[in-house]
Amino acid sequence: MIVMTKDTMQIVREQDVVPFRNRVRELSTKIGMSLVNQTKLITAASELVRNMLKYGNGGKVMLETISKNAQSGIRLIFEDQGPGIPDVQQAMRDGFSTGKSLGLGLPGAKRLVNEFDIKSAVGEGTTVTIIHWKHGR
Amino acid sequence: MERIPILKMGPFLLVTIQVDLYDRLALNLENDLISMVSKTGARGVLIDISAVSIVDSFMGRILGNIASMSRIMDAETVVVGMQPAVAITLVELGLTLQGVYTALDVEKGMELLQDKIGILEDPEEDEEAPDDCND
Repeated sequence: MIVMTKDTMQIVREQDVVPFRNRVRELSTKIGMSLVNQTKLITAASELVRNMLKYGNGGKVMLETISKNAQSGIRLIFEDQGPGIPDVQQAMRDGFSTGKSLGLGLPGAKRLVNEFDIKSAVGEGTTVTIIHWKHGR
Repeated sequence: MERIPILKMGPFLLVTIQVDLYDRLALNLENDLISMVSKTGARGVLIDISAVSIVDSFMGRILGNIASMSRIMDAETVVVGMQPAVAITLVELGLTLQGVYTALDVEKGMELLQDKIGILEDPEEDEEAPDDCND
């Protein structure tokens, strides 16, 4: 896998979400991603960035344009230094939420993108990596 | 503070969302709409999201909340103009907007609202509606 462009955005408050989404849209448009795939990726990104703000007190996102086997894609890495998730498996279940939300954020985001990885350590923070390919597979 | 304008059209309230909503703005809209329903005695709320390119679970929950709250206040809610890509994404996300009426565009949404209210009210009060249009 080759990383073609790399960029970082700090997410510290709610108002950072819209510019961040726009940046993801910009990148995915640039590689020629279809509208449906763009919408899936941005929606997933929106869920994850909201989690980061709500549970992790904000953090940073790395935005990368990547290429593998002649297919391009977008990789987003969400990193926070929040409290971490004690039970990742439970957090990945539909309908589970420690907040007042619907509990769709993590599992929903996973369904929307091609690749999803989550690492979390209590007291250290959470890192979520998602990849969505240009053709959505 | 930034706010989404709410228009009153007869017995209905009309909202056109033309910017990408951040959370505070969406919550304000929820509050404003419910107060407007109460203040004006509106019987229906029409929310046009044709310019909205992203509806995530938070935004979806707000739409659901508006519909449930309005219903308790005796008003129906119709969400119109959802982009196809948004619909595809919502279902995959796991959000089916249960309890929220939807219509393709503002015109159909208005018809739907009129129907909903027509059912509740004396059908003879329907202005200009032909007698045989009730199903």
